[in-house]
Amino acid sequence: MARATTNAAAAPAPAQELSGPAQHGLELYRRMLVIRRFEETVQSLFQKGEVHGTTHLYIGEEAGAVGVGDVLKAQDRAAGTYRGHGHALGLGVDPQALLDEMLGRASGVCGGRAGSMNVIDLAHRLIGCFGIIGGSISAATGAALALRREDGVAVAFFGEGTTNHGYFHECLNFAAVRKLPVLYMCENNLYGEFTPWEDVTAGEIEARPRTLGIHTETIDGNDVWAVREAAGAAVERARAGEGPQFIQSMTYRFVGHSRSDPGAYRKPGELDRWKQRDPLLVARTKLTGELGVPPSGVDEVDAAVEAQIDAMIEAALAAPYPDPSLPVREFAPQAEHAP
Amino acid sequence: MADLEFRRAIRDALDEELARDERVVFFGEDVAKPGGVFAVTPGLFDAHGEERVFDTPISELAITGAAFGAAVSGLRPVIEIMFGDFLPLAMDGLVNQAAKYWYLSNEQASVPLVVRSAVGAGGRFGAIHSQSPVPWFQAVPGLRIVAPSTPVDAKALLKGAIRDDNPVLFFEHKRLYSIKEPLPDDPIEAATLGEARVVREGGDLTVVTAMRGVHDALAAAEQLSADGIELEVIDLRTLRPLDLPTVLASVRKTNRLLALEEGPLTGGWAGELVARVSEEALGELDDVWRLTTKDLPIPYSPPLEDAFLPGTDAIVANVRGRLVAA
Repeated sequence: MARATTNAAAAPAPAQELSGPAQHGLELYRRMLVIRRFEETVQSLFQKGEVHGTTHLYIGEEAGAVGVGDVLKAQDRAAGTYRGHGHALGLGVDPQALLDEMLGRASGVCGGRAGSMNVIDLAHRLIGCFGIIGGSISAATGAALALRREDGVAVAFFGEGTTNHGYFHECLNFAAVRKLPVLYMCENNLYGEFTPWEDVTAGEIEARPRTLGIHTETIDGNDVWAVREAAGAAVERARAGEGPQFIQSMTYRFVGHSRSDPGAYRKPGELDRWKQRDPLLVARTKLTGELGVPPSGVDEVDAAVEAQIDAMIEAALAAPYPDPSLPVREFAPQAEHAP
Repeated sequence: MADLEFRRAIRDALDEELARDERVVFFGEDVAKPGGVFAVTPGLFDAHGEERVFDTPISELAITGAAFGAAVSGLRPVIEIMFGDFLPLAMDGLVNQAAKYWYLSNEQASVPLVVRSAVGAGGRFGAIHSQSPVPWFQAVPGLRIVAPSTPVDAKALLKGAIRDDNPVLFFEHKRLYSIKEPLPDDPIEAATLGEARVVREGGDLTVVTAMRGVHDALAAAEQLSADGIELEVIDLRTLRPLDLPTVLASVRKTNRLLALEEGPLTGGWAGELVARVSEEALGELDDVWRLTTKDLPIPYSPPLEDAFLPGTDAIVANVRGRLVAA
């Protein structure tokens, strides 16, 4: 990986010459790149023994979280999965606090109590990441019961494997009956852990929500603009009272299911074909093509993100661990509830 | 003076909390328009409207998971899981999500959620509609378990559970729904959770129990009093966390402890109570034991079920045998 150089960082593209869509596109690209570099960092720090347990990386799927995160409003919320670092960053969770959490530090977004699979950050609209599949679906379904009082929408991220789970069937029916403002964002990365989705899934995934009367759509999940457009329309339909929405976002993870998985189940040539559709490559091509961003403008973002991540690693490694001797409260103390 | 029926007390607590706090919502299977399969919740739908009191699909995963999501997003949901035996279907939402959120989130938010559920045997419902699922949850940090024994207490404790900021399992024993007691003159206020109550004073043996067991223990105490054995009966009211100080104060007086639990011997709250009391007050105990059911499923046939449960006659025989033999 090329390191940021002062020269690259000091050669800014003149931002004032870029169009609105180009500037916005560059920002979407930057957010996806932060996720990519963040995940590579987690992988590298895992190998060095600084990240513990297990991790599930979002590499290759960045357009989904960034596209959805970009269309949500302040009163909206989302729930992610155990592959949730991208979901968190897409919602605006501070990358430093997230990295500190991965390293189990007191400055982590959950004080080091949660770790990779269970991140919660309500200040950034993240209800939580759920380590058991389907939890994100029910959490978002319930959040929608509350959020619709404030014109809000809830989003559930989950993988295609979850569409075989009871949570999926129970909650989508529940939400459809109640006409809840919720977007069910199915990220189909073709494999449930190590098993190809088609080996364990009967029929078409989209047919399942459709039969419940839920609006469905299948999109290119590696094109952040496509995700943004579909998610934006779906979220606004939900907000307008049209009930739950379903998107199947076709994507691919470039790394194993978890840290111990070499991906031996992949079909020959499959990974290479998907890398031609790398969300970062798709975005760079569009930025430097139809959006008219000079390559140096994209390079500048690359360099800035490299520098940001390098500084983050240094800060995370220097951050103190939580103090085991501090008192812990099993229960929330009683607040005053008179309305 | 009017009487208050147990099921009416539950209904009134819900009605008053729904009226008091617009964040409170109530949902479950058959609870709204039909008014509940145990006729506990009639009229709430009409009084508070479809947005706040509604019937759900038969979907315990969805009901419980949605209640969790709503509770961390500004509502204070009360849900009904019809029979406690159905709670295994809802375990993930309760154990992995609701119970851990306050801690895992580093205290970003608590989970004000109440799960009402009908529990207990003696109604000839058979093995899978009669259990008292306390042991399944007592090993879960972050959960409270409330188990009232009287109508007035049911109302006070349910109001307290709804106002508590933590996930609360609220167990209603099926053989208590039809009991009545005089309605007090003063309004029934919300009770603080976690406080046991001495419901009968006596110097010979402390009997600690809950729900239906309180009534059986009090009836046994009257019979044993004729023999000159005076029981002190404690109604735990909250089964998790246990109110150890109230139990210890009593044990220091009687020097004997019987933990009476309607549930299997292995892994129940009675075992936990005996362990805690032994750790704290071993030197003051002359005797300590449990009376529970056997480690077997609950039978259906009436003579089998009656013999299976630690009812009044079983308590009397058990205490006589233990104290006279000793």
